[in-house]
Amino acid sequence: MTDTPIADTTTEAPLKRKGVKRRAFLIGGVAIVGAGLFGISIADSNATKDAKARITGEGEHSFATWLKISEDDVITIYSPHTDIGQGSNTGLAQMLAEELDAAWEQVRIVSAPAEPAFANVGLGRGFMAEMTGQPAIINGIPQSFLSFIARQMNLQITGGSTALRFTGQMTFQKVGAATRLALMETAAKRLNVPTAELTTQDSRVIHAKSSQSLRYGELAAEAATLSLDNEPKLKDPTQYRLMRQSMQRLDIPAKVDGSVQYGMDFAIPNMRVATIQAAPVRGGKLTSVDTAPALAIKGVEKVIKLDDAVAVVAKGYWPAISGLRALAPSFSDGGNAGISTASIFKAHDALFAKGEADGEAGEGDVQAGLGAKPIEAKYQVPFLHHAMMEPFALTAQYKDGKLDIWGGMQDPLATKMMAVEVSELDADDVTFHPMIIGGSFGRRLPMYMEIVSQVTKLAMQLPYPVKLIWSREEEVAQGAYRPQSSAVLTASLTDKKRIAAFRNDYAQPESAESETVFPYILPAVSRRHFAHVSNQQTGAWRSVNSTQQGFYNESFMDELAHAASEDPVIFRRNHLKADSRHLRVLDEVAARSGWNTPVPAGRGRGVALVESFKTIVAMVVEASVGADGMPKVHKVTTVVDAGSIVNPDAAMAQIEGGTIMGLSSAIGEAITLDKGKVQQSNLSDYLLLTMAQSPLVQDIHFLNSGAQMGGIGEPGVPPAAPALANALFAATGKRVRNLPIMTQAKG
Amino acid sequence: MAIETSINGKAVALSAEPDTPLLWVIREELGLTGTKFGCGVAACGACTVHVDGEPARSCSLPVSEVAGKSITTIEGLKSADGTLHAVQKAWIAAQVPQCGYCQSGQIMAAVALIEKTGRPSDAQIDAAMTNLCRCGTYPRIRKAIRAATGQAAQAVEGAV
Repeated sequence: MTDTPIADTTTEAPLKRKGVKRRAFLIGGVAIVGAGLFGISIADSNATKDAKARITGEGEHSFATWLKISEDDVITIYSPHTDIGQGSNTGLAQMLAEELDAAWEQVRIVSAPAEPAFANVGLGRGFMAEMTGQPAIINGIPQSFLSFIARQMNLQITGGSTALRFTGQMTFQKVGAATRLALMETAAKRLNVPTAELTTQDSRVIHAKSSQSLRYGELAAEAATLSLDNEPKLKDPTQYRLMRQSMQRLDIPAKVDGSVQYGMDFAIPNMRVATIQAAPVRGGKLTSVDTAPALAIKGVEKVIKLDDAVAVVAKGYWPAISGLRALAPSFSDGGNAGISTASIFKAHDALFAKGEADGEAGEGDVQAGLGAKPIEAKYQVPFLHHAMMEPFALTAQYKDGKLDIWGGMQDPLATKMMAVEVSELDADDVTFHPMIIGGSFGRRLPMYMEIVSQVTKLAMQLPYPVKLIWSREEEVAQGAYRPQSSAVLTASLTDKKRIAAFRNDYAQPESAESETVFPYILPAVSRRHFAHVSNQQTGAWRSVNSTQQGFYNESFMDELAHAASEDPVIFRRNHLKADSRHLRVLDEVAARSGWNTPVPAGRGRGVALVESFKTIVAMVVEASVGADGMPKVHKVTTVVDAGSIVNPDAAMAQIEGGTIMGLSSAIGEAITLDKGKVQQSNLSDYLLLTMAQSPLVQDIHFLNSGAQMGGIGEPGVPPAAPALANALFAATGKRVRNLPIMTQAKG
Repeated sequence: MAIETSINGKAVALSAEPDTPLLWVIREELGLTGTKFGCGVAACGACTVHVDGEPARSCSLPVSEVAGKSITTIEGLKSADGTLHAVQKAWIAAQVPQCGYCQSGQIMAAVALIEKTGRPSDAQIDAAMTNLCRCGTYPRIRKAIRAATGQAAQAVEGAV
């Protein structure tokens, strides 16, 4: 295989850079709080007016833009998050309705319009706290400034397991509580009684003394004119009726009878269907294409050439894809034809050999601690694809100077702004209509939404609406993959079976430092990032860097335990802080999994402990290797401390699914490159775990320690791969250092 | 030449080109969007419908091959009065769907399995339920199938 210099061949999308800047501005913004507040607060009040005008009709009254109460008692909540299947909108509704004391049967939750007025302030606040590492810093910042920042960032994103942690706790509970107070104040005036004598229940304000009560619907008009308390007192958890309950998810009934409408399902009269192929070697351009073979197919209407892609527009998807397949377009390779899976690993090795890290974090004198003869292991993981079940599909219509786009994206507001940029229209003339999403896992984030730009370009030159559908082949070939990454881990042990020094050198495009939590207390630790960028677009894959970092650290901890001739649970315990949450989670998983009981013949047990998104997860996998050399996972025991849980059953589903996604990536998934091009073509060769390969038994237990609420959508993923690899070592004595296991088993 | 067939108990004459996969006829010509496009190569099962009672991956089945046959889609599972099928009810009770995109296909595959086997064992579930789910709802799909057929919700290792 040929190798070319790789470092300078990056073709990272320009928007990605912009996303980084926007986020940097948020942190930088802290420094300029004192300046220009007056202008900002005017802008904020205009935004609020605009929001109210958009959502309220006759007999409907808006509270803090996120909530609407109608005179017939229907409560509508506007979520700035896209529920990508994790149940976050149901959780958000529970949080707001809890503090409001709303009648649950009357609560609806819908997507907020993709408009600046609905930028997510709570999320801005959470990001700022988490990224600066100083939650206190935000307390002195006025709400108006936070909402200004959120709008500047076009912040309406769903990701980072943030919905309930940030939006829920920092906005929705407060909006519910403040609105309840306004309703009580209105009722006190109307009944001419002191507010202190009033209680609320099931969307009514009750005056028990006089046996009178008023419906929220009949109080809403007047209450909506009051200004809301910014820091209302929230309920004590002992009073919860909706939170911490397994309320059935609001979106599920429409998902079992086929009635739910995803972006893929959208249709309007006169609509055409298009499909597209971009340069197979990322970084390449369309050089030429003879359009005749496509146009010869019945139903094909147009072939449109874009800078780096060719699209076929037809009466339906079948003629469109048939037309595209009939074409033989020529693409340049952008100078990337020398890039392969092997060349990237080779480049990683060269960086490690050179030893000049791009970033280092840790503590203690690792070099001295490692001594002359450290234990060393190298791990390698491939690019991973999101493989959401709904391929990309967006519909766009350009008519009378206005552009409308329909579909599912993880950040509706950023989607709109990208369409504004590409179309060069005024923001007021562009509307994005968010729809239900058929899976995302990080793929539909604003930095990687080339389909938005593509469909905008098509619609701007077509006299009819067009739905652009990516074939699965296109979706696999043009991903925003979890990076291919390598790591060299080095450590030394004392004669008391303790780690003296621990180093994690890893190579991949970006630093993993902001997400990596290393829970063990050691005299010397070092994490060094070696930056390497290929021609592939890399992005956030469910749990982001915690997948590969969890695999590296927890596999190596297992190797060290064996090197020390120590039980892997005891070895970990010995390096954790006494009375820590991590220790409790680990002890619980050992007890529940029967760690100290004999394992059935042929099987092994492996343990892993990973904290990600503020949630600590310990997992024990019981596995064996089949006659075909393939791993078989029999049982998974998981203990989770996410601080507290809003909806236990929905949280359970996230851990179940996250575990399966983690096992899936460990066992079968890999995007590989040859000549700069992705080698996998569809779900027939990008292999997801099946029902038959999934563990028959998953025992999941939550330890609700009451600590700060952690995320739940992502933390189930990272421990699965190392726990499985460690179990296979226990079963066979063979160490898994390269993923996926299937390739190793076969190769 | 129109292709005549029956969809959800209703006779229809289809005008699509004969090589068009049944999936696109169902979705684009008949507007029944509950049946999903996932891969186009019969690998994922999101497009599963019943053809004469048998599960079929409609993305890879030319419409010419279903002439004269009886097709059921997810929209056709409910009874005439709108009552959900027992399997759909079990899906809600077990809170199976996450993103939900694969679930029409999963439910159609499960209904066909149950009609064939009555009370499928875990091994029969493994063999028949080959539809992919990226959210990882497999444990709940199993639970819902077991519940819909009067079996204990929790699978037990080693049981057949």
